[in-house]
Amino acid sequence: MKVLVAVKRVVDYNVKVRVKADNSGVDLANVKMSMNPFCEIAVEEAVRLKEKGVASEIVVVTIGPNTAQEQLRTALALGADRAILVESNDELNSLAVAKLLKAVVDKEQPQLVIMGKQAIDSDNNQTGQMLGALTGYGQGTFASKVEVAGDKVNVTREIDGGLQTVALNLPAIVTTDLRLNEPRYASLPNIMKAKKKPLDVVTPDALGVSTTSTVKTLKVEAPAARSAGIKVKSVAELVEKLKNEAKVI
Amino acid sequence: MTILVIAEHTNAALAPATLNTVAAAAKIGGDIHVLVAGAGCAAAAEAAAKIAGVAKVLVADNAAYAHQLPENVAPLVAELGKGYSHILAAATSNGKNVLPRVAAQLDVDQISEIIAVESADTFKRPIYAGNAIATVQSSAAVKVITVRSTGFDPVAAEGGSAAVEAVSGAADAGKSAFVGEELAKSDRPELTAAKIVVSGGRGMQNGDNFKHLYALADKLGAAVGASRAAVDAGFVPNDMQVGQTGKIVAPQLYIAVGISGAIQHLAGMKDSKVIVAINKDEEAPIFQVADYGLVADLFEAVPELEKLV
Repeated sequence: MKVLVAVKRVVDYNVKVRVKADNSGVDLANVKMSMNPFCEIAVEEAVRLKEKGVASEIVVVTIGPNTAQEQLRTALALGADRAILVESNDELNSLAVAKLLKAVVDKEQPQLVIMGKQAIDSDNNQTGQMLGALTGYGQGTFASKVEVAGDKVNVTREIDGGLQTVALNLPAIVTTDLRLNEPRYASLPNIMKAKKKPLDVVTPDALGVSTTSTVKTLKVEAPAARSAGIKVKSVAELVEKLKNEAKVI
Repeated sequence: MTILVIAEHTNAALAPATLNTVAAAAKIGGDIHVLVAGAGCAAAAEAAAKIAGVAKVLVADNAAYAHQLPENVAPLVAELGKGYSHILAAATSNGKNVLPRVAAQLDVDQISEIIAVESADTFKRPIYAGNAIATVQSSAAVKVITVRSTGFDPVAAEGGSAAVEAVSGAADAGKSAFVGEELAKSDRPELTAAKIVVSGGRGMQNGDNFKHLYALADKLGAAVGASRAAVDAGFVPNDMQVGQTGKIVAPQLYIAVGISGAIQHLAGMKDSKVIVAINKDEEAPIFQVADYGLVADLFEAVPELEKLV
């Protein structure tokens, strides 16, 4: 079966972001960018399905600027077969991204769509569920285990109190949680080979999708800083401070 | 203006996060209706009717909603929600699962995890693992929003007397089925609602050593959490994880033991009122947010702390 994996180019998770002085956003000039960690897990899961003989083709897609081709090449080096860039320089909301992905799904007709549960920049946790609504497919969000069995996929999900397993009819959408797998690294020969794999570029207009939004960001601020704390010398002093100064125990 | 709040519940009881979500709705202003969708959920509906400030409770009692499968619940909420100005749900694993599906069905953007209400259409929410706070404005006809519980003090669970009204919804969509669940058993307070949280990280070295934290937690009436490192190492189950990808907590007192304080962990606990760090590495980033830091070996400090409190 064909698997579609959606990935996103985001600021590297180790970067401590700074808010711009004019409060228009965070400063992303000259900051290291990477594939969103949850998307890496999605790519890895697709590759493992291919290695098990479940998946026959892996198509990776991203929506973003031209530079997002780097993240597509990374996915190709990890084992994806071909890539699609929906090129847009606008900052798109989850609904717009879900609509663009729906257009790609209509064209590619995958049996399984795998994507991360959230992007670490906007922290929205929406796109997979929205794609579920638009396509009418079942959704297995926050997956920690994925098993394809016949015309169904069993997804074990991380929920607040523990784990839940659901069975979804294929085609379906799965969003990955951290414990689904441990993503591999791309080897140098595979990075070289990935440069020759096909990468198509399309525009939102060509897909016939409007990306207008009902939400706009008015400003972005730094969070309130915590006042500096103190170091205590002993456990006894700590207990005394918690009882008499902070009054929390 | 009428606001629809989706109740978080276990059919038999209402989850505390519902009270924080109603508090957010009260800040927006207008009549508040609560939807309880489940199977055999009369008890949860009764509890919802007693919440202070709730005008009406809608009950959709149907086998299709037993496990809150989004393929079944989202069409119900989207259909009911058309008549409302706002649809709110708690940013729990369930709320996050269902609500974006509702928003897309209504063809509107969703606003995730608000921590403050500025006005009926303007909200604040954290982005970049809590390292920036965005103020966003929605022009959508129906504003679909998830609420971060720790951003709003809960309303009173008693005192209201809302009318309860049954609503019917669509049947099973036939796209998904519940297979089973494994819930972690714990007698300690729930992590997201606890007044005191004691968390352990990689420094605990193994799962067995968490017994020191359990002993301290029991003495304090606290919940026990963990960093991602401790979960990934298999010391404790993943539902104990505090952080950007785990649970967000804001207790009165957070005690971080053997936790270095990575950005992703801080995203889950830095709104705690008082933070205590116990770590033998005095350069650990956790000390930059800790109100009280103790540079010490946790295996000596934690048992001593347990004796003294």
